Order: sequence, then C-alpha cells, then structure tokens
Amino acid sequence: MDAVLASLRRILSLCRKELLAVLKDKANRIVLIAPAIVQSLLFGYSATYDLTNVPYALLDQSRGRAATDLIARLDGTGVFHRVATLRSQADIERVIDTGEALLAVQLGPRFDDQVAAGEEAPVQVILDGRNSTTAGAALGHISEVVAQYNQSIGADASPLNVVPRAWYNANLETRWNILPGMIAALSMLQTLLLTALSVAREREQGTFDQLLVTPLTPPEIMVGKAVPPILIGLVQSSLILLVALFWFRIPMAGSPLTLYAGLLLFTIASVGICLSISAVSANMQQAMLYTFVLIMPLTLLSGLTTPVRNMPQLLQTLTLANPLRFAVDLVQRVYLEGVGLSAVWLDLLPLLFIAAITLPLAAWLFRHRLV
Amino acid sequence: MKLLRDRAGFRLRLRSLIRKEFRQLLRDKSNLAIGVGLPIVLILIFGYGLNLDVKDARIAVVLEDASPTAVDVVSGLHRSEYLVPIRVTSLHRAEALMRDRAVDAVVQVPSDFSRRLAAGDAQIQILLQGADASRAGITRGYVTAALAQWAQIRADRSVARPPPGVTVVDRMWFNSANTSIWYLVPGLIVLIMTLVGAFLTALVMAREWERGTLEALFVTPVRPTEILVAKLVPYFCVGLLGLALCLLAARFLFAVPMHGSLLILLISSMLYLLVALGIGLVISSVTRNQFLASQIALLSSFMPALMLSGFLFDLRNVPTAIRLVGEILPATYFMELIKTLFLAGNVWPLIVKNNAVLALWATALLALARFVTRKRLD
Repeated sequence: MDAVLASLRRILSLCRKELLAVLKDKANRIVLIAPAIVQSLLFGYSATYDLTNVPYALLDQSRGRAATDLIARLDGTGVFHRVATLRSQADIERVIDTGEALLAVQLGPRFDDQVAAGEEAPVQVILDGRNSTTAGAALGHISEVVAQYNQSIGADASPLNVVPRAWYNANLETRWNILPGMIAALSMLQTLLLTALSVAREREQGTFDQLLVTPLTPPEIMVGKAVPPILIGLVQSSLILLVALFWFRIPMAGSPLTLYAGLLLFTIASVGICLSISAVSANMQQAMLYTFVLIMPLTLLSGLTTPVRNMPQLLQTLTLANPLRFAVDLVQRVYLEGVGLSAVWLDLLPLLFIAAITLPLAAWLFRHRLV
Repeated sequence: MKLLRDRAGFRLRLRSLIRKEFRQLLRDKSNLAIGVGLPIVLILIFGYGLNLDVKDARIAVVLEDASPTAVDVVSGLHRSEYLVPIRVTSLHRAEALMRDRAVDAVVQVPSDFSRRLAAGDAQIQILLQGADASRAGITRGYVTAALAQWAQIRADRSVARPPPGVTVVDRMWFNSANTSIWYLVPGLIVLIMTLVGAFLTALVMAREWERGTLEALFVTPVRPTEILVAKLVPYFCVGLLGLALCLLAARFLFAVPMHGSLLILLISSMLYLLVALGIGLVISSVTRNQFLASQIALLSSFMPALMLSGFLFDLRNVPTAIRLVGEILPATYFMELIKTLFLAGNVWPLIVKNNAVLALWATALLALARFVTRKRLD
C-alpha cells in the first residue's frame, strides 16, 4: 500500500513538473488554447461541401417569356447569383476560364418556341470542373429547379412522387458532420506535437539520463509524461465541443459522458503512439518530423473529409491502426445519432488495443533505445 | 578593387556555407523523411485513398407492394451503376441496417403503390443516413435519377406521351472524367511545397537559434544575408524534388491532364516555394524555439493551406468574412493557379494576377526574414 502511494506521489510530482514546463511560458499557453478556438470557428465555416453561392453567367438567345420564367426561378433559389449576362458563345469561355462564374446557362434562340410547342427544350449548362464536387452539386441543384419548372408548366407528368427524409441531419448540412469530427482531429494535431517533444527535449538536453537515475521507474516516467498532454488534449477537445454546441448550434444527441469516455481513450491511444516516437528519436527535430510524417496520413485517412469506405481495401485495412479513424466515427455517432456505449464498443476496442501496445512500448524504449 | 575582392569573398563564403547546409541536411535521415518520404506517402494517399465520389451506395429496399409494377421499380434501381439495392423484408429491419450504417439509404415502396400509380400520384419514400451529409445528398440524387429514368421508360412505353418539357444538357469543362483525383493531385503540390518550405525550414532554423549555433556563425565574417541564402538553397532543392515527384505521379500514375505550360507551372511553383520558405524563416527567427516554431508553422501555413485555400472546400460557399481570410493567404492564389494550369490551360489574366500576388508575398516575407535575422545576441 505504501509502495503504491509512494509511486503515485512520484508520478504526481513528475506530472506537475511536466505541466509547469509546458504552461509556465505565456507564448506556450496562448499557442495551446487560442488556435483550438480560432480554428474551429474558421474551419467550421469553411469546411462545407454545401452550396450557398453559385455565381453563374447567362446567355439567353431567346429572350422570351419562358426563358425569363425559368431564370427567375433560378435566381429565386438564393443560391445562384448572376454575375454576367453574355452576348455570344465566345464569352462563355472567358467567364469560365477566369473563374468569374462557376457555370454558364445557355438558352438557344428557339427555346421559347420549343416550350410553347411542347417540344423538347434543351438548356445548355457549362460547368467549371476544376472542383468537380462543387460542379456536380450545382448541376444537381439546377436539375431540381428545371424539374420544378416542368411541373409548373404541366410538362412533367411523372406519376412518381419521391419523398426524401434524412435522419440525424434533416437539412443534410455537411458542417454537421465535419465539426463533430474536428473535436477529435484538431485537438490531436497539437497534442501529438506536444507529446513528441516531451521525451525528445530531455534527451537532447541530457536531462533524460538524470530522470532515469531518479527513483522513478520507466512505467512511472511513462505515466508522468503521458498525463499532461492527455489533459491538454481533452481541454482542447472541450473548447471545440463548446464552439460546435454554442456557436454553430449543432444539437448534440448523445450523452457527454459517452463522448468523453471515447475522447479520453482516443487521446490516450494517440499520446501512446507519439510517446513511442519521442522515445525513439535522438533529438527534438527528429521527433517532430517523424510525428509530422505520421500526422498527415492519420488525418487524411480518418474519414473526416472523405469517407473511409471509398478507400481501396489495402488502405482500409491500414486505417485499423489509426486511432483518429475510430475517434471520428465515435464522436460523429455519439454526437449526431445519440448512440450509447453499447453501439460504439467496436470503436473503443481498437483504441484500447493501440493504447495497450504503445504505452508499454514507450516505457520499454526509455531504457532500450536502439540508436 | 575593393568591390571585386568583396564580391569574391561573398561567393567564397556563400559557397562554403551552402556546402555545409547540404551536408547537414543529408546527414539527418528525418529531413529526408519529410523531403522525399512524405511526398511519396501523400501522393499514394491522395491518389488512391481520398475519394469524394460516391460509388456502390448500398440501398435497403422495402417492398410492401408485391405487384409486378412495384417489382419493376426495384429493377429500375438495379440499373443504376452507382447503387447496390438489397431487398429486406420489413421497414423495421431496414431501419436497423441503417442505424448500423450497413446501408446508406432505405427506399420504401408502400403497399398502395401500384393502385395509386394508376391514379397518377404514387409515392416512394427515401430515408437517408444524414450523419454523412454529403454522401446522403449524392445518394438521394442517384436514387431520384434512377426512379425518374424508370418513370421515363414507362411513359415512353405508354401510348399517350406527356410533353417532354425542358431538359438539362450539361457539359463539365476541364474535368471530363468527373473525378476528384483530377483536382486533388494538383492541390497536393501546394501542400507539399508548404510543408517543405514553411514547416521544415522553420524547424531547422529554430533549432539553430535554440542551440546557439547561429550565434557561433555570427562571430565569423559571414553576413546575415549569406546565412539566409545558404539556408534557402538546400531546402529550395528539397522542395523542387517534391514538386518533381508530384508532377511525375500526376502524369504517369493518375494521368491527370496538363493543359497549361509546364514552364509557367515551374516558375509559379518556385515563387510559391520562396513564399513558404520566407514564412518558415520568419517564424523561426521570431520564436527562436522549436516547440513554438513547429506549432505556429503548422497552424499558420499547413492547416490554412489544407482547409482555407479552396483545396477541398470551395471558397465560394464560405461566408464573406472567412473568405477574406482565405483571400489573404498566398496558398489560395497558388492553389487556384495550379488547378487552372493543370486542368484549364494558360489563362493569362489569372496567371499574371496570381503570380504578381505571390511575388509580392515572397518579396515581403524574405525582406522581413532579413530584417529579423540580425546579428544580435539577447
């Protein structure tokens, strides 16, 4: 009992020293707190695949009533904004090439007659495919407007009426699933760099050898080194969570307890990975570069910006070692779908597994560094 | 005479400094990991891993109407190359599949479908897994299109054809294959230049400040400008190596078309590389601390290049205030430029404007770097 208490006391004093080392500098405090808030605000607004503003150019060669009606509908959506009214086909190239308009709508000289005669009346839509995802979404929007127009003139006699309804996110706003994912992803970035430095800095300055000859055992050093970045990571996650909840007002369906259980396990797993890297590195520069080489695939292959299911099988298998993949899935499901622990245990298990391997590995590496 | 000797001294000092920097760069394997390893990893991830296109969306089909017409509707879903319909017995079962994320959507054909179809107002319900909003939106489009096509074919078969009305004929310029790889791979060049330029340089210089090796250099006859140039040259080369890897991969691995001039692309990339190197030098000289330099380089150069430059997310959809932030960033201009050069060709107004902005940034940042790197001890 006494031995356990003594060990706890040693760990606690190491934790205090580590926290002091990071937080005593004002610049460090700012760099660990402010970016989480600024980034979640900035990226919360920018990370969206939803169309809100599509600048378009109009080439209306018919100048009839039908054309005016159709264009009025397009302008009425609030998404399409006319930035240019063109006179000839050659102008289309200019406005699309320079990026002035995302698309050009061309109505032929016979458009009005065709609609009046009940013939097929083609509308040419020329899209800037430099970002093919945006272009595709804009085309879908135009098709909907045209379908509504057809219905209004009685041309569309389709007997089918499709009623879509979306679960968890009624308006299908992409921000709703990217922001919860960022609760895990944004906090991970800084936490990893922080952890990577912790052992490497002491190695570079030679103080790590001193730490090894103190009564602290390697597992104790490991815990002492891991706890501060875990705490800082959780504080960052909380800040982003608050921004999502109170600034963007994305309703949270699940319980905060489940969310934090998942976040805690995730932060432990990622700190474990980085502590191992830190223990292997000879100096700070190496530790940081290796971490960075790791951060990129971890973020990109997490399913945050693009779905994991779209990846080839080999990469999907590799993502099983990626804690962020499970964290993003877990946070999104708890936050949006409101599922409980029983539904996300498949996400928790791999995190537990990663932590159980990397943390002891780090402790072992403290004394057995290969190089 | 003095001027001549001065210039000879400058060249001699610069040459030996550059040689020293190159040796230092090559000696540490972790530098090469960023300079060469990371571009290769990123190229493979971007080329094969990131994909925003929805393919093989799984649809649970609940058929409550057993009539031949209703069965025919389901076969209409089978015809779409993007959908994989799965028949399930009850709505309850389908909802369970969707909760487990085993399917992306549920299509429900109600029991009175064929009766109401004859009356001309049949309904089909689609439930979407909204937790992945962009995928749900695209899936909805595919299902609606497949059903509309079915209705069209059916209408063609019946005698009384309804008037066709307005049809949309679309043409996607610059990306005829309609694939996201075509804009992801050019965007990757921006990310790699940013990484090598800003992040790597900031780290290396901050390390020298922190360890005091720059002070050791200060007591020699070399001038601050010479130190800066000697630091720039090796990392400039590493950046070009990354660029070369990206260009080769774009051409031979992913067959991304290259409509603009290669020469202009190279010149623009070098300009942006100077901008990124400038950012790195300024950050390291101001912080003089590896931890702060790494964090600030990550936050001020890499994350904005990924999130705010129009790489994944179109800046047109962003509120004005945030768009203005994006429009300050040099990465945004380089991103637009490089996508245009790859996919659209030589659009001169855009090339001139964006290169001018980049040149301005490069001059300002390098001048600032020279200003903050003075020979002084603190």
